[in-house]
Amino acid sequence: MLNFILKRLGLAVLVAFTVSFISFSLMFLSGDPAAALAGETASDQDVEAIRVLYGFDRPMLVQYWDWLSSALVGDLGESYYFKLPVSSLIAERLQVTMLLGLCGISFALLTAVPLGVAAAIRPNSIIDRIALFLSVAGQAMPSFWFGLILIVVFSIQLGWLPPSGTATWRHFIMPTIVLGYYAMPAIMRLTRAGMLEVLSSEYIRTARAKGASEFTVLFKHALRNAIIPVVSLAAVQMGFMLGGSIVVESIFALHGAGYLAWESIARNDLPTVQALILVFSLFYIVFTFLSDVLNAWLDPRMRAG
Amino acid sequence: MNSPLLRVKDLTIDIPVGGGTLNAVRGIDFDLNRGETLCIVGESGSGKSLTSLALMGLLGGRIKRTASQMEFDGIDLTKANSKTMRALRGDRMAMIFQEPMTSLNPAFTIGNQLMEALLLHRNVGKEAARARAIELLEKVGITAAESRLSQYPHQLSGGLRQRVMIAMALMCEPELIIADEPTTALDVTIQAQILRLLVDLGREMNMAMILITHDLGVVARVADKVAVMYAGELVETGSADQVFNAPMHPYTRGLLRCIPQPGKTERGARLGTIPGIVPNLVGGVTGCPFRTRCDHAVAACRNAIPHRKPAENHRFRCVHETGHQTAETVV
Ligand SMILES: Nc1ncnc2c1ncn2[C@@H]1O[C@H](COP(=O)(O)OP(=O)(O)OP(=O)(O)O)[C@@H](O)[C@H]1O
Ligand SMILES: [Mg+2]
Repeated sequence: MLNFILKRLGLAVLVAFTVSFISFSLMFLSGDPAAALAGETASDQDVEAIRVLYGFDRPMLVQYWDWLSSALVGDLGESYYFKLPVSSLIAERLQVTMLLGLCGISFALLTAVPLGVAAAIRPNSIIDRIALFLSVAGQAMPSFWFGLILIVVFSIQLGWLPPSGTATWRHFIMPTIVLGYYAMPAIMRLTRAGMLEVLSSEYIRTARAKGASEFTVLFKHALRNAIIPVVSLAAVQMGFMLGGSIVVESIFALHGAGYLAWESIARNDLPTVQALILVFSLFYIVFTFLSDVLNAWLDPRMRAG
Repeated sequence: MNSPLLRVKDLTIDIPVGGGTLNAVRGIDFDLNRGETLCIVGESGSGKSLTSLALMGLLGGRIKRTASQMEFDGIDLTKANSKTMRALRGDRMAMIFQEPMTSLNPAFTIGNQLMEALLLHRNVGKEAARARAIELLEKVGITAAESRLSQYPHQLSGGLRQRVMIAMALMCEPELIIADEPTTALDVTIQAQILRLLVDLGREMNMAMILITHDLGVVARVADKVAVMYAGELVETGSADQVFNAPMHPYTRGLLRCIPQPGKTERGARLGTIPGIVPNLVGGVTGCPFRTRCDHAVAACRNAIPHRKPAENHRFRCVHETGHQTAETVV
């Protein structure tokens, strides 16, 4: 197991390096960064001055090394727009996004997994139908529309929940539901399909033949095997939630990292965009690594690979 | 005389399928005393597995089981609720399945799965359960038993897994063990070994055993009783001696064309093959199911078939009193 973890960790670090190089290169893919920085009205001399000032005239690899070594100690440069260190800017926004992401994925898992299990225990029952309905609705409903409906009902008409902001935990309820509900259908279906398959397997019959209670059969023998693909999916969705909640952050005016990314792209604020891409990718890498470790713990057959 | 450990009368299993009801098992009767070995033989699809699952109460909700009597040591299994059945399963009656590769849970260690039944049914601690698991692994011929406890099923070969399955079934010293083709999935070279082991352990622990197998050589050597199943019916039952030396039903005689005999038949001798196909069992089945393949079929085979009893404990079902056409029965 330790061997496996170390291998995966090495792999994760390699991927992280690749990703950092790609996100660094993005700076150059989007045209001459000095010109972008100087603005449309700048003269050629100004552009040259900026090029030298920011070091864009040096070879790319040197610049990458420079950027990477600062990034490793937490210095991600300065935002063109805010004129603030990108790292502190992002750190502040990430708090909101991470909190929201954690709440969202927890909401998704806590609804989807029990519902998927219940649906699989009794296929075609009322519970199964309800689960199917909820998942189809979740997939068909755009997040912004669902968010607006919630605001109209719970904030405007009933006045139970605040419509926007991040001041208290109550501000996070509706965003959590909208974000979590987006991830719920896929997790639910995967849980249901996995449970159905596992429940018809021979080792479940063996467990029953031992006299194991239905509870033990379901939650010890079956769920542990059925949940394995769900873990991988949840990791991807978690990574997605930590980066891509632009819609939810906009509707509920939560100024998180997703919203910042959107703003920064609009403002051509390259260091910020670059840093965000790096951070979001690192989230994916970290969650993939964690899910691999969790899966290896759940399924001993994976430990060898 | 003691009453039998297991008594089954008129066991019937119906499975709802697309086009109606599959009458998979119809009116099976047999009983089994403590320490006795009953071998069920019959072609693939004749309902042997369904019968054994029915005894264990493992058929699942969709499949309908009825019986006028089904008793295990005086416990009426037809009326037993799921709690009673759970208490019996794994403790007093255990089952070994056909597929060792998929019958163990891939996510748990051998030790965990071995100890499970004992911890569940007996008031013993982890240490005692562990000791018992090691003891049984050694009994089924697994070396380095203690180190196996922390291994996972995928680290074991098929033969080892089936040994583990046997050990698992024996954890609580059941009074009845049902082994459903326990060696068909294994290498031919180790089939005999594993069966021998199972039978020896069964004798040693004085367990009653229902052994489902295609291997007539094994049947000849280990069976006290033999039940011949055809298309969901027991066409003939009797002591091993009766069935092998005085087979009555045309199907039994067809099976025994290679005539294996207790002590004489070679290992691995297969069932004789009989031309023709098994009837469709969906919708009402009337008359003798074997009549389409039987050399002795007559018009009366479409009607209800009488139970015949040529000797004590020997029964078969056929319109012919002796199992073949004779001068009187030709019309
Ligand atoms: N769950 C099920 N649904 C529908 N049909 C079934 C089901 N289980 C068994 N059958 C049918 O019932 C019949 C008897 O099956 P069973 O598994 O008892 O046969 P078997 O005698 O054990 O055969 P084999 O020697 O191949 O194991 C077969 O025709 C099979 O197709
Ligand atoms: Mg079978």
